[in-house]
Parts: sequence; structure tokens; C-alpha cells
Amino acid sequence: MAPSPQPSDAPGTSARLIELGEALRAAGVAVGTSELLDAFAALGEVAWGEREAFKAALSTTLAKSPDDRRVFELIFERFFFRAPEAQAIRRGLSQSGAGAPGEDDPRHPEATSLRRRIVQALREGDDPALRDLARLAIAAFGRQGEGSGVVGVDVQRIRRALGLKASAQGDGAAAAERDADALPAARIRQFEAHLRRELERDLIERTRSLPPARPLNELDRTLPSGPLQDLAAVQRVVMQLKRRLATQGFRNRGHQRHAHVDVRRTMRASLQTGGVPIVLKMRTRRPRRPEIYVLCDVSTSVTSASVFFLSVLHALHDSFRKMRSFVFIERISEVTETFARERSFKATAEAIARDAGVADVSGYTDYGRVWEEFLAQVADELHPRATVIVLGDARTNGRDPRADVFAQVVARAGRTFWLNPEPRLYWNYGDSVIAAYERHCQAFECWTTAHLETFVKELTRTTR
Amino acid sequence: MASPSPSSAAELAAGLRAAGYLPDASTALVSYLATRLGKPVLVEGPAGVGKTELAKALSSYLERPLVRLQCYEGLDEAKALYEWNYRKQLLRIQTEASDTGWRAVQDDIFAEEFLLARPLLTAIRSEHPVVLLIDEIDKTDQEFEAMLLEVLSDFQISIPELGPVSATTHPVVVLTSNNSRELTEALKRRCLYLWLDYPSLEHELEIVKLHAHELDETIARKLVEIVHMVRELDLKKPPSIAESIDWARALLLLGADDIDPETFRQTLSVIVKHRTDLDTVAERVGVRLTGMTRGAVAAAE
Repeated sequence: MAPSPQPSDAPGTSARLIELGEALRAAGVAVGTSELLDAFAALGEVAWGEREAFKAALSTTLAKSPDDRRVFELIFERFFFRAPEAQAIRRGLSQSGAGAPGEDDPRHPEATSLRRRIVQALREGDDPALRDLARLAIAAFGRQGEGSGVVGVDVQRIRRALGLKASAQGDGAAAAERDADALPAARIRQFEAHLRRELERDLIERTRSLPPARPLNELDRTLPSGPLQDLAAVQRVVMQLKRRLATQGFRNRGHQRHAHVDVRRTMRASLQTGGVPIVLKMRTRRPRRPEIYVLCDVSTSVTSASVFFLSVLHALHDSFRKMRSFVFIERISEVTETFARERSFKATAEAIARDAGVADVSGYTDYGRVWEEFLAQVADELHPRATVIVLGDARTNGRDPRADVFAQVVARAGRTFWLNPEPRLYWNYGDSVIAAYERHCQAFECWTTAHLETFVKELTRTTR
Repeated sequence: MASPSPSSAAELAAGLRAAGYLPDASTALVSYLATRLGKPVLVEGPAGVGKTELAKALSSYLERPLVRLQCYEGLDEAKALYEWNYRKQLLRIQTEASDTGWRAVQDDIFAEEFLLARPLLTAIRSEHPVVLLIDEIDKTDQEFEAMLLEVLSDFQISIPELGPVSATTHPVVVLTSNNSRELTEALKRRCLYLWLDYPSLEHELEIVKLHAHELDETIARKLVEIVHMVRELDLKKPPSIAESIDWARALLLLGADDIDPETFRQTLSVIVKHRTDLDTVAERVGVRLTGMTRGAVAAAE
């Protein structure tokens, strides 16, 4: 709608650009000096008057992944091109009318015309206009009493206030009769996206911090939806884990020269010097081979996550030879064999579903019983070099968590980690008793491959 | 060879258009910046949105030969950079008189003559500027990426026996990635970044019309609308642009004059390529399609 303005003062622009870089850095985007130099070089090549070109030139040099793009969009808007909103304030459409000087704010006629314009823009699919209108709409409806603070709620509120109705989708004939008010659902979604972005931007402006952007982003993504697609990603992280564990061993070997003479090899070498042991051969220290015990919850409360976990388990089995895995719901069942037998992930998952027989009566997780059974099965084999990894949500369905038995497991094993498929936000709500277990081991939230990577990093950092 | 050098993004966009590639604004701009700043472009996006095509179109528009390096797991220097032609070297040593000193032979057999240039070296050494396409970089190992850094930032390759070989002309470099793994920061740092996503409805319609121009306007629109619908479902592999074009061509071949549920069911396999996906799409979109046709008929009456 409004022609995009030139950045106000030319000499200040480079400083602004560096500020932009700083802000991006603060939000976790890796912006180095070389990126900024590139950005300046790129700006030398494009016409600044064109808003899209200006923005594209910056984004191509500064934000180099889809995630970074999102952050960039948010921050960029904060820095440049705030004209439409300024205009909205000038025209008295700003919050709670009263403050706007010299305007006798006829809110409702204004709102009706705004609505008409939005509907028109929606029909025409005029994207830039929609964005500007989204700003106006927020200015007009969004801030009565500062909004709810939750972006999604505000979006719906504004949409209701504007009375935008989507055309009925799906039920055949109804969709066809195009009543005057119905609008293409896709366009409305587009408008909502604009609203959402603008609101987020506002929120950032108000709170002067970015945090809402990233967690929101991650919650939206949630668990990898198709395990088969993401198998590759999981595999990659596990490979990394394996490499980390292996190189760790080598590093130790370099550091600690120890003097265990390998008699056999020394004698052997002495044959070259006529039986005189001139060269001493030392016994090399083998990098310790990790022994891993994995317990995986496959109950219904973690249905969505258990596919993810099974794929983790599958990948682990591909990489580690000394590993035993168990799945559990009410009881525990060893599935090491199954993994050894079945190569494909799908076959493994099916075999586990068929044969494991872990749900006896109710189908609810019974952690207490699981620990007891686990301890009974492996107590003799657990030793300080073993690592126990538990994959589960620690929801006991009200049963006794038996943290004392768990503590025994932890005491016998070298290290114990807990991977929880729930966002940390939900821990210890309802029947989640993760706190009881967290006292004894390290717990991580783990519902994306990114989390898994964090875990791998943590895992190898803490080894001594 | 007077290859065109665009003086604005719009000019380059027009050029790509003429080469049969419809770029969106940011694609054109980033490509333009790449030619001006001499930086490699890293193109990421879902499969089949025209990442590789972009490089081809650039090469045809800029009238530069295309040098392509297809990456795969286990790709190493010998396949990507250069290799000594050791058979030829052996022959050389054998034909050499036996009293030639080692030094002379050594100087001889490590000459450019015995070098087998692989894509990267070819691109660097070429007398005419080229377009270098490094396809699916995410398929290689991280080590290989590290090796690329020298090529991408300085456009030179160090050969121990010969010293560094620098580019005489500046190649336009396009790297593509399906985002199957995170690329290293070091690599990203040296590149311009372009995220190609599925195009908007109008844009895709234009693309389909460009590649299957005999197709009736209304069918083409309906086709693109259906493809967009299908993409919104949660599929293992959503249909790409290439697949909508294939579908359009298939419809042309069949001489279909409307996409009715019957045709849709028959040609479904052109755009959907997983068994489970087939079921989902047939169920979700097929039904909606029935509604649409009935609606269209109702509207016509």
C-alpha cells in the first residue's frame, strides 16, 4: 500500500546494518564479519528503493538456513520499514483511540472500511497489501488492553472481530455455492500468517527480547512426523555419537602414557636384535568400548515419541555392538535379538509390536515394576563402565515410581541418562514424576533430532 | 566469446525466462548477486523445486559451459579434483631411456600432461568462464566440504607437485542441497544463500504452462490447484514442480479435457510415489475432487 521509504538517513544506514547484525547474533544466528561485508557488497549491487530487493540482498548474505530465515524476517521488520504502522498511528487507528491527538476517531466506520479492504485484498490475493492491512488490523483491534500476550489467541480474536469466514471446505456441493462472505481458506491462512508475524514482532518490540520466536518455532515442528523420513537424520546423529565416543578414547590414550610393558611383543621385537630387548613395547590402551543398556517406553502416552525412539534405538544398534535394549510398558522385554535379526526399521518395529508382549493387563506404564525387573535381569552385568539410557516420559499413571530401585540401578551403572520426549515445560505436571528420577541421573528433553544432538554433545563432554 | 553479463536482476530474470526457467524475484536477485560478487550460491529446498535447473538455465543464459559435480557418499578428491594418470606415467617411465636421472623423470611425470582433471579442476582451469554445479552437496561427508573451502573462497586448487592452480576466469558456482544434513558453518559462510520453496499457485501455473503450453488454461489451473492441495497433506514425498509438469504432459498425451475423479485416479501415480501416500491422496483429494466437479456442473447450470 504505502510506497516503501528509503532508509531515513544514508550515513546512519551502515550503523543500522551493523546493529541488525548484532541483533541477529543475539538471536542465535551466526553472523560474522564476513557475512556483514558480504551484505554491504550485495547492497552495492541492488536498488535500495525496492523493498524486496533490499531485503533479499540482506537475507541471502546474513541468514543461511530456514530457521535463520524466520528469525531474520522477524528482526528485519523491527529494523526497517515501519511506515504503515506509523501511518496507522497518525490516522488514529492506534490503540484505545483516546490517546491519538487531533483525531475524532470514528472507530467503527473505520473498522468497516478496513474490513472491506481486507476482504478485497483477500479476494485479489494481493500479498503486500495484506501485510499492510494486517498491521492496520492489529492497530485497530489488537491492542485493546495490550492483547492477551499469546499470539495465537490474538490472531483468532482479530479474525473474529473482522468477521472473516472461510469457505466451507471438503463437503462437496457446499463449497461450490459461493456465498458472498466466504473467502478462500488458503488466503485467510495467509492473512493469519501476516497477523501472526506482525503480532510476534510487536511482542518482541514490547518485551525487547526475542525468546518467544524460537521456542514457538520448535513447538510447531514438534516430533519428526514420519519416522522413515527422519531415520537418516537420527542415523547421522548416532554416527556422530559413535565417533565422539571413539575419539574420546584416543584422546585419553595420547594423554596418559602408562608403563605396562607388553612382554610378548617386546620379546618378539628383541629377536631382531639378537634376543636383547632394546626396544620396549608398551601395551596400548584400548579405547574403552561403550556398553550400553537402553530402556525404551512404548506405552500409549508416548505413542508419537516411541516411533522416534525406536528409530533412535535402531540407529544405535547399527553403530554399537555391545548393546542391549529393552522395551517396556508394564513389564520389561529384551529386544536385542529382534534388532540383531531384522535389518529394516519397519520390520523391527512390527516385530516388537507383535512379540514383545510387554503390556499385560492395563496397558499403562508401571515404572516401579520395570525397575525391579530390569535390576533382576541385568544386576550382575551392570558395572561402572556401562551406560544406561532410559527413553520415557516418566508418567507413572499414579503408581509408585520406586525411585529407590532406580537409584540402585544408577548406583551399579557408570552413567545413567534419561531422555524425556516431552517438552521441559510439561515435566512434573500431572502424573509425571521425572523429578524423582532426575535426582539420580541426568535428564534431557528429547523430541527432535536437534535435541538428540545436544544430548550427544553433553554425553561426550561429561566423560572423564 | 561475448557472454552476456547482466546489469540488473530484472535483466537476468528476463534472460532466465528466455532460457525456459521462471525465476521468482529472490532467485533472480541472488543469481544476479552471484554473477556480480563472484560468490558461490548455496541453493536449498525440498526435492524437485528446480535447484539443479537453475544452474542449467544460468549456464544456458550466460552462454557458459556447465561443469557438473554430482556428489555422493564417499566422493573423494580423486573423483572431484584431479588424479594422476598413473598408467600414462608408467608408460612414460618405461619409454624413458634407463640412464635418465630420477630427477628428470620426476619433473617429467608430474607435469600437467599426466593430470586427469576432474570437475573441480576442469572448472578452475577452463579458459572460458563456466558455470560450476556442485549437486547435492549434503550427500558428501563433512571432510569433503572442508576440501571444497579452498575452491570456493579462492578459486584455486593446490596440487602438491605443481603448486596452486588458480582460476583464470571466474566461474559462477551453484551448490545445491536437499537439506538432509546441516552443512558446516564454514561452507555457508562462503556462500550466498537461496532458499527455494514450492512456488505460489500463480507462479507454478506459469511454469506448467511454459512446459506444457498446449494444455488448456482451465485444466492447467485445476491441475496446479490439486497439486497444491496434495502438498498440504502430510505425505512422505510431496509432489514437486517436475511432477506437476510430468502430470500436465501425461494429461496432454491422454488427451484429457478435464480432471475428473476417473482421470485423477488413473494418473495419480505421476505425482504421488509412495504406496501409503497413494491411499491418503486418493481418499482425501479424490473425494474433494468429486465435490469440485459436481460444484462446477452446478455452477454451469
